[in-house]
Amino acid sequence: MSMEVLVQLLYVLAAVLFVLSLKAMSEVRTARWGNWAGSAGMLIAIVATLLAHRVERYDLLMGAVLVGAIIGIPIALKLPMTAVPQRTAMSHAFGSLAVALVGTAKYYQLYPDIDRFTMAVLASEMILGYLTFTGSCIAFAKLQELISGKPLIYPGRNFVSLLVLGVAVLSGIALVVDPTQSALLPVMIIAALLFGFLLVMGIGGADMPTVIAILNSYAGLSAAALGFVLNNKLLIVAGTLDGSSGFILAMLMCKAMNRSFTNVLFGGVGAPMPAAGAAGGEARTVVAYSPDDVAAILEGARLVMIVPGYGMAAAQAQHAVKELQDVLEARGVTVKYAIHPVAGRMPGHMNVLLAEAQVAYDQLLEMDEANLLFPECDVAIVVGANDITNPAARTRPDSPLYGMPILDVDKARTVVFIKRSLAAGFAGVDNELFYLPHTMMVFGDAKKVVTDIVTALKKA
Amino acid sequence: MPAEHATLTMQDILVNLLIFLLASFLGLELIRHVSRLLHTPLMSLTNAISSVSVVAALIVLANPRNSFILWLAVIAVALAMSNVISGFMITERILLMFRRRKGGERE
Repeated sequence: MSMEVLVQLLYVLAAVLFVLSLKAMSEVRTARWGNWAGSAGMLIAIVATLLAHRVERYDLLMGAVLVGAIIGIPIALKLPMTAVPQRTAMSHAFGSLAVALVGTAKYYQLYPDIDRFTMAVLASEMILGYLTFTGSCIAFAKLQELISGKPLIYPGRNFVSLLVLGVAVLSGIALVVDPTQSALLPVMIIAALLFGFLLVMGIGGADMPTVIAILNSYAGLSAAALGFVLNNKLLIVAGTLDGSSGFILAMLMCKAMNRSFTNVLFGGVGAPMPAAGAAGGEARTVVAYSPDDVAAILEGARLVMIVPGYGMAAAQAQHAVKELQDVLEARGVTVKYAIHPVAGRMPGHMNVLLAEAQVAYDQLLEMDEANLLFPECDVAIVVGANDITNPAARTRPDSPLYGMPILDVDKARTVVFIKRSLAAGFAGVDNELFYLPHTMMVFGDAKKVVTDIVTALKKA
Repeated sequence: MPAEHATLTMQDILVNLLIFLLASFLGLELIRHVSRLLHTPLMSLTNAISSVSVVAALIVLANPRNSFILWLAVIAVALAMSNVISGFMITERILLMFRRRKGGERE
């Protein structure tokens, strides 16, 4: 068997392992096996490549792998679970930059002997790769709170962004017409980098679940495009799998917010809006309750639903919440969690945090299941969520939230709403829930309030 | 040596296009069935898998025309490898945390 055939067979094996690894993610039971299958596929792919291609500079190769390990291993071991969204954004940045750099290298390697098809794929691969790189860097900076999470809005913002994208695409087209115009390559690259920057600067913090999923999709697609250029089928398969994964997650996120891709990318939702809603009605008052009041209500409860949101992550309150669950369960109360698809800063964020706090995953209910249960709930405790519980999404056609599927928290007998202050949610909309007669507002840091409730319950 | 320097033939392009389309359908089907609980580890896993682009960087690294190309490939290998390593490790860490029942037994 020739080496070439062996290598291709190993690539097929790697591709099969990648597919099986995603298949195994359909259930928690098999998911770990899937991760190992994926790792094995990766190892096989790398070994096969090194068999087929004699690298002369093994020193540089080893140096690069070492640098990769030095960056990767400490992040993997030390990363707090609340910071998983940031690390995901960072890995999109790394992945897409790697792909874009290889594409650039390939251009100079082939130059001036590049056919038009290869150039077209290279150009789209580079545009996608470079814009995903800067976009992911900004997403990282926003999630890490290095810069403000508010969208950067200025008049003509979308016009400027599309103009910059136009420059990138036109340079790309000109390169396809004549691939030897190497002076246009830096123009295309810089425009793509700038577009990624502008695009994500204009998107607010709570839209990050969708943005991360979209960037995930782009990073995968650019890897697949690189596979076309190199005629490497494994790369096409792996990149496409990643691309479709990001695409489906982005679709799910958009659906969960009743918004379109375009609206998320160019809508600038989350900017401070003129106080239309607030000024409309009469001044409404809210009664603030104490953790002791909440404990008194919880003492008589039989079914309690906890509704976590980004505020739980921000306050690192997941362990305190689990303690509350334990105390309640010791009293014979049934405790469930209602998880909205866009709660948190990335798809599945809340599930991971609660898993970290050792909440059993069969207690985590998806939106539809949870909504069936709310009318039977004695107490619903909202910890750091806001817009995803706002009944205006069902009842007020003039609200920006109208039509978004929400958790029907208001149907519980009593609603406990733990909140830092009376500020509006991300969408800049006042929450009707605060003013309902059966709502108890408790102000303060999520972790502290929950801990205080636990203390009060223990004393009772 | 595989002929990655040769110009692609029309047949290559069509076969690759077919693979791309089939992989898209397969991907959409597979991901649709992923448990919602696991969307975060799914993302870290697919991230690690798509960093198989390290293979592309290795191919360029094996045959660079000049030192500029060589260094682009070296940087790409480092970036992709860091994703590969941390991607699979973080996925494992996250998956280890998921427990089915109270009392913490793993499933």
